[in-house]
This record gives sequence, C-alpha cells and structure tokens, in this order.
Amino acid sequence: MTYLEYKIRAVPKGFRKVFYLNWPIILLLCAAGAIGIIMLTSVAGNNWQPWASAQLKRFFVGFSLMIGIAMIPIWFWKSMSVLAYIASLGLLVLVDFFGSTGMGAQRWLDLGFIILQPSEMAKITLIMVLAFYYDWLPDERVSKPQWLVAPLVMIFLPFFLVLQQPDLGTSLLIVIGGGVMMFLAGVHWGYFGAGLSFGVGGILAILNSRGKDWQLLNDYQYRRIDTFLDPSSDPLGAGYHITQSKIALGSGGWTGRGFGQGTQSRLNFLPEKHTDFIFTTLAEEFGFVGGISLLTVYTLIVAFAIIAALRNRDRFSSLLIYGVTVTFFLYFAVNMAMVMGLAPVVGVPLPLVSYGGSSLLVLMVAFGLLQSAHVHKPRGVI
Amino acid sequence: MADRIQLNQKSYAKLSRRGLILGGLQVVFIACLATRMRKLQVEEASEYRLLADENRINIRLIAPSRGEVYDRNGKIVARNEQSFRITIVKEDAGDIEQTLYSLSNLIKISQTDATRVIEEIGRSAPFLPVTVRDQLSFDEIARIAANTPNLPGVSVEQGLSRIYPSLESYAHVVGYVGPVSDNDLKRGNESNPLLKIPRFQVGKVGVEKYYEDILRGSAGVMKVEVNALGRVMRNLDRKEGKPGNNIQLTVDTELQSYIQARLGSESASAVVMNCRNGEILAIASSPSYDPNKFVKGISYSDFNELRDNIFRPLASKTVQDAYPPGSTFKIVTALAALEAKIIGPKDSFSCDGKMEVSNRFFHCWKKGGHGKMDLAKSLSESCDVYFYELALKVGIERINKMAMKLGMGIKHDIPMSAITKGLVPSKEWKLNNRKQEWLVGDTVNASIGQGYVLSSPLQLAVMAARLASGKNVKPVLTKSINGRNIHDLENIKDLDIEKSHLKIVKDALFQASNDRRGTAYGSRIINNAYRIAGKTGTSQVRNITDAERENGVTKNEDLPWKRRDHGLFVNFAPYENPEIAVSVVVEHGGAGSKSAAPIARDITLQALFKGKPPLEVYPAKDRSAILEQQNKLGKVLKELEILRRNKV
Repeated sequence: MTYLEYKIRAVPKGFRKVFYLNWPIILLLCAAGAIGIIMLTSVAGNNWQPWASAQLKRFFVGFSLMIGIAMIPIWFWKSMSVLAYIASLGLLVLVDFFGSTGMGAQRWLDLGFIILQPSEMAKITLIMVLAFYYDWLPDERVSKPQWLVAPLVMIFLPFFLVLQQPDLGTSLLIVIGGGVMMFLAGVHWGYFGAGLSFGVGGILAILNSRGKDWQLLNDYQYRRIDTFLDPSSDPLGAGYHITQSKIALGSGGWTGRGFGQGTQSRLNFLPEKHTDFIFTTLAEEFGFVGGISLLTVYTLIVAFAIIAALRNRDRFSSLLIYGVTVTFFLYFAVNMAMVMGLAPVVGVPLPLVSYGGSSLLVLMVAFGLLQSAHVHKPRGVI
Repeated sequence: MADRIQLNQKSYAKLSRRGLILGGLQVVFIACLATRMRKLQVEEASEYRLLADENRINIRLIAPSRGEVYDRNGKIVARNEQSFRITIVKEDAGDIEQTLYSLSNLIKISQTDATRVIEEIGRSAPFLPVTVRDQLSFDEIARIAANTPNLPGVSVEQGLSRIYPSLESYAHVVGYVGPVSDNDLKRGNESNPLLKIPRFQVGKVGVEKYYEDILRGSAGVMKVEVNALGRVMRNLDRKEGKPGNNIQLTVDTELQSYIQARLGSESASAVVMNCRNGEILAIASSPSYDPNKFVKGISYSDFNELRDNIFRPLASKTVQDAYPPGSTFKIVTALAALEAKIIGPKDSFSCDGKMEVSNRFFHCWKKGGHGKMDLAKSLSESCDVYFYELALKVGIERINKMAMKLGMGIKHDIPMSAITKGLVPSKEWKLNNRKQEWLVGDTVNASIGQGYVLSSPLQLAVMAARLASGKNVKPVLTKSINGRNIHDLENIKDLDIEKSHLKIVKDALFQASNDRRGTAYGSRIINNAYRIAGKTGTSQVRNITDAERENGVTKNEDLPWKRRDHGLFVNFAPYENPEIAVSVVVEHGGAGSKSAAPIARDITLQALFKGKPPLEVYPAKDRSAILEQQNKLGKVLKELEILRRNKV
C-alpha cells in the first residue's frame, strides 16, 4: 500500500490534527521531561543553573519540533527516508574527519548553531530506511537471502562508521535496532539464530583477541568489560563508576533521602551525575519509589507506542513506530542496566532526563515521526 | 484487490505478532530492571547506606589544649599561647612562586622553607593548605594582614603552642615539648591517635615528659562531610576534647629565678627544700637554656653550641649528676658512729695530718693536722683523720645503712628527667661491679665522701632536710594536679635516728658556720633568727701524688678547670627552728667554703626573707660587696621579670 492509496479523506486536516495526536504519549513524555528538570535542579545543588534551565529550553525546542513534525503527513517523511539515511551517513563520515574529540572518541560535529551527534541521528534514519525498505518489499521475499543483503548493508554502514569514532556502545545499539526492524518485518527465525551465534562467536573472538596482535578493541574498552564483570576488583580505578553508582542506588532505600539530600551525588562521589548517571541521583534521593515511577513512565510510553503500532494498518508507519519504540526502549533499558551494574558502562543517556541536547532532540524528532504516523494513519475500512 | 487485501492482512498479522513478541521481551527486560532495583534499594539498602556514609564522613581529631604548669604561688611556668602560622592554598594562590616571592618581601622565608612548600604543594591536593611558616610574631601577622589583597590563597591560621615565660629558669625542671618523634611512637603503648595529628607536641623532658598523660588531655572529635576529593564540605558534629590537667609545682619562681641568676655562669647547681615536708622550693642548674627554642625547633648551630659547651647547659645537674660528696658526707659517718654507740660526743682522737692504714697514708686536708679533735670540732673544722679513725671502727655496712637512711643511694621520684641513684658503696657492690674485695682503705675514703661515694645535689639537700627535721622527708616537686594535692605532707614519719644524736651533729654544723674556726665561718649570718648550720665539702676529682705533697699541693686556680676540686655546701636554717634545707654544688669550683658556701648563704637568706634580705644580716665587712652583688642581680632579675611579663 503506497501513500496514494491512503484514504486521504479519512485523514484529519489542519488544526484538527492536534486532536488526533497520541496524547497519552505526549503527556508521558512531558512527565519524564519534568522528572529530568527536577533531577537536574537537584544535582546542581538545588540550582536552576547551569543545567535545568538550559534543558528546559531544549525540551521546548524539542517539543515544538515533535509537534511540527507530527503535523506533516507521514507520506512526506516516508519519501524522505532514503535521503535522511544518506545524509546521516554523510554526517558520520564528516564527524570521523572533522568531529570534536571527547572522552577519547570523535562524536560531535559542531555546526555552529548546534552541536550534533550524528550517531544518534543514524539510529533514527536507519529505522526509517529499513521501514521504507520492508514496506516496499513484498512479504514473500522478506526471508529470501538475496533480499537480506540490502538491509544488512544498510545496518553495517552506520555501525562501521560509529565504531570508527570509536563508540562501541552506540554501534551495538544501531545493530540491535536494525536487527529488531528485520525481526519485525518477518525475517525468518533461523537467520536470527545464526546471527546470534555469530554474535556470541564474535564476542568470544573479541575477548580472545586481547593482548594479541590482532586485538579488535581498544584497551579502554577491555577495561570497561573487566570492570563490568567485577567492579569491586578496582573500586578506585575503572570500577569506581559502577561501585559508587550502586552505593548511591542502594543507599536510597525505599523512599530515598529526599530532594537534594543525596550525599553520593551532592558530594561528587557519582560520576557524570547530570548526564549518564542521573538515574542514580534519582534513585538515591527518591528511592525505590522514585526509580519505579520513572520506569513506569517509560513502560507506559512503550506500551502506548506498541498499541499505536498495532492499530496502525500502514506497514511503514507501523514499522516506524515499533522502531522508534525500540530505540527509546534501548536508551533507558541500557542506561538503567548500566547504572545498576547489569551492563558495562557505555555512553548511553537516560532519555528525556539526562542533560544533553543531541539525544533529546533526536528523540523528540523520532516521537514526532511516531506522532505523524499516528495522526495520518489509515482510517476507515481497508 | 481482494488478493492484495488478503496479502496485506497476512503481513499485518505477522507484523502484529512479531510486535507483540517484541513488546513481551521488553516487558521481561523491564521486569528484570525492576527486580534489580528492588534488590539494591530494598533488600541491600542498609548495607549500601553504610557504604555511602563511609564515603562521606571523615572523622578528624581536635587536639586538646595542654594542661598548664604553675609555681607554688600560682605564677605561670608553662602555658599555651595562640600561635599563628601562615598557610597557602594552591587553587586560590595560582602562581605559587609569585605568591611566595611577595610573601618573602613581608616576612622572612628561608630558602629551605620555600623549596619545602613548593614540594609539598606539588604532592598534595590543590585545596589543602600547606604551612609556609609557623610561630609568627604579631608584627609579621599585621604585615601580612595589611597586604592580604596581594596575597591570594595565603591565610593565617591559629593554633596553640607551648610557651615558657620564665625562659631559662625552669628549663631543667619543666623541660619542653616538641613534635612527636618516631621514638615517641615506638615507646610503650602509645597508640593514641592524637600523636598522629600534624604538629601535635608531646613532652620531651622534665615535668612535661613525666606528666605527659596528665597534661595531654583527650582529643575532641570532629565529624566532617567530605566530597569525593576529600574536601571538607561541612562540619557534622563536633565534640570538644578534654583539656589536660593543670599542674602546680612546689617551686617558687622568684627564688628559682634568683638562684639561676646567683649561680650565673658557673657550672653549678642548687636545691632548696622545705625541710619539714620535703617540698622543693627551688631546684636550679646552671648554665641553663631557653626551652622556648626547642618548642619552635632549635637551629643546628644553637643546639650544637648547647651540646658542646663544657659546662653542659642541657644537663640538669641537680638530679642527673652525682658528685663525690666530700666532707658533707661526714654527717653520715658521724651519725653512723653515734647510732652504733662507738663514740660519745666527748671522745676524741688526735689528728697529726695523716694516718696509716694498711701500709698506706691517708692525709688530712690540713697539713700538720688539727691536734686533739672531738666529734663536734671535727665536723666544724672538717678534720679528715678523725673520720678515718671513726671509719675503721664503724665499718662500711653502718655507713652504708646510715647513708640510705638519709636519702643517698636512692632514686628519688620527682618529675624530672634522668634522675640518678647516686652511689653508696658496699662490699657486695664492689664485688659485683668491680670484681674486687672491699679494702679497709675504701671505708676510709668513703668516710669523708671520697672514693666510690657519689650523690646528687638533690640527695644532699634531702640529707640536710632529714637531719634538720628529724623526719623522713621525701622530695616533692608537685604540689597539686588540677587543684588536688597529691602528696600527704602532714603525716611524715620520724627518722629512725635518735634525736639526741641528730642534735649533736646539728650543733656541730652550727659551729661550722658560726664558730670562728668553723670552715663555713666566712659565710655566716649575724642575725640570730636566721643563723644557719652547714657543712662544707671539697671533693677531689684527682689524686694528689706524694711528690706534690712534699713540694706543696698545686693550687686549684693553677689547674685546668676540669681537674679542679668540686665545691659543695649543705645547710639548713634557721638553726633554732629549721625551715629550709639547701645544697649547693659548684663544679670544679675549688674549696666548698669559698665557692659553694657564700652562694648557699645568699640563697638561704633569699628563701627565708622571701625576697632580697637586708644588708644587716651580713657581717659588716662583707656588706659593700654584697650590696654590689645584690644590685647586679636585681637588674638581671628585673629584666627577666619584664621578659616574663611579656610572655604571660
């Protein structure tokens, strides 16, 4: 079904589109954003500056962007998929050559008016292009090997470019995101079984290559893996982040130590307390109750999104919504698993809460696409 | 169209199925996260709370203020003073070398200090203060305060430091404090965490060391919250420590300072005791040193000067040095003979200047002899041969026992350092220590306080006090601790010596000081109410050869200082109703009657009059010299008092 086949008549027009937005998701996004603002105020020692105020502005920019994108019909965005994908690949190439270095990797591109992290963009554009591909590809061909080449190449290119930065965490998330899209499109189970065993083999190869002349990862990445496997082995060195973050979480208890009372974050025992580790501050100050609340907000967003996807009869839209949902899910799941010591420390922010413009804007754009797909979904009889 | 719809329907169903599977997986993962969160935050919460507190709370010790030391009249002997030190904080100072340079324009900063500061700053965290200089004067503080804007990161910190206002007068008694050394840490059960406080000071010698535990007090505790870098964020809890106990000494600062000044540059020492209860009113050793120098950290050159001085300023001669007591020991021999009922006061021997004992001649100090001598005369004129005769009859055992009774050969327990036991020889002692049989000649030597006999000025004073009071007085230096008396000075037992025997010896000593032929007649007091009874002593530190005896003994003044005789004097006063006992030892000062006795007289008068005595108590012919001396000492003491006032 192409967009020409939409029952245009059934699609709301003009201002009326606002009523067709998925309001539960919007409200939940605002709730998560509000929690973020509160936490950023707390980690700054109950100060609006320097993070909360900037974050609030970005949230409004992102929010407007989301609504704006939602107002434009999904078939327009669909037609832009390939272009967006190619553009983000171009930016990834650019960042490898001209990007700013931070944390031992080239990730940012300073465009003058905005500091761009193209790897975040690539997550979304990959989802768009894969949704576009599988919308175009007839169902019976989905599991044919020759039709697997194109999506695999589409996944591999951004994966490879991000790995070059080097940013192992994001590149793996790109692969997982792409893999999930293929899974949703209906690619045969067998391929995933093969892919998974290949992945496990790859991990074993990576671990085995350590210290040999064909070493596959950087030393610092190996150290992070070590630290993940046994954080207490080096509590003041590489394991410091995880150990301190677990202490912060644990000391929160049921209801936490109160707003601004988290000693771990206020006394700087926590690393990156306003960005990747902000969840620990939340859990320290508001305890299990606070942590679960945020997790519930996230879960509800995922749930409403999946419902929206299920109810969307347009294959592109449905795939896109699933993709956005998975991207969002991966953000918070990996971040939380990381601060709880269930996953290695990879630079993944807590969506809508962590301080930082790039991921917030990209997420808002993604949710804008989701809303657009929701507003412009095929209504009436098919 | 229907096909397509059916196809669409099929692919839609498949997408929905996979979407639901995906949703299910997500829910499982979220459930895992929630479970993990519950485990950390609910099940293991208390454990992690503890870890968080361990992270943030540091316990720091607050040094207690050290107890003060007073004299018997409540005058301060050792106290704590606000001391100022300047510190520099790197993160505020910026360019350290520039700041140090500006600082060195205001106060003196040695090159070693400067390099140490730069080195320390390089090592420590940027927010930790590093001490540039300690013990700054008010003047220097003022100069720094006026220039604060030009000295970023420089601040003045206050602390307590020990100060001894009486300067040299109490150096040997009270001693001094100094930074904790490795030795202090090793010694005994000193696991006190206080000792690890930077700049904490402990007693090194004297009262400061003896009463370290009492003076120190106990540490306060300050709980501070620190951040991950160790910077103090706020104080959580502060429990002040207990300050150390104050100690009051029995010493009278005025008398002590007078004696210190009177001894002057001589290598000498003096002890003044209350002969009724043993309270030490003064215990001075000369030359002395300024203990404040040690607190501040004495320079190498100053220390070497003190160490290499042949008069040994660092030694407290009153307790740690033992001298042959010479004729002052005749008191012991005489009492031993009287108690053994070997002689009566009227029994007499004839002195012809020498006596032969086992083929060896023992000489009297007076060439040609004293002629017929009884006990009183022999003591008063200090005839040696009389005591040789006594010695042969009394024997060393009795002399030894009597010496012990009078406080010799015993380590007296007063809070000073390196107190000697002295030596009262016995046959066993010689056998054990010299691997030789005791000879009769040894007894003869001992009878006049030569040979093996050694006693400290403190022991001599104790002897005089026990003789004077007839009581078994023990020397006491500590009057009270925190206002509570620690010695029972009311009920002192009588000495186990017959009173009449003591009286005989006391009368003899009175003669020595007041009879025209007495050895101490030159240092008499003419006011009846203050007359003294004393015994001179002159102890040889060399052997006089026979050839020398023939050709005339070399005069003391012609000998090198180290080989001259020690001059000693012990006395008590007033004779009728003894209050004080005094001992004076002038190292290599020559005859006791000339060197020690005049000093003892001046000290006695000073103590009895509690200040400068009137000239009338001195014999008329001495008065002009005494007046001159009083004026000179008065000036010295006045200056000292001004210095003291400034320090209090």
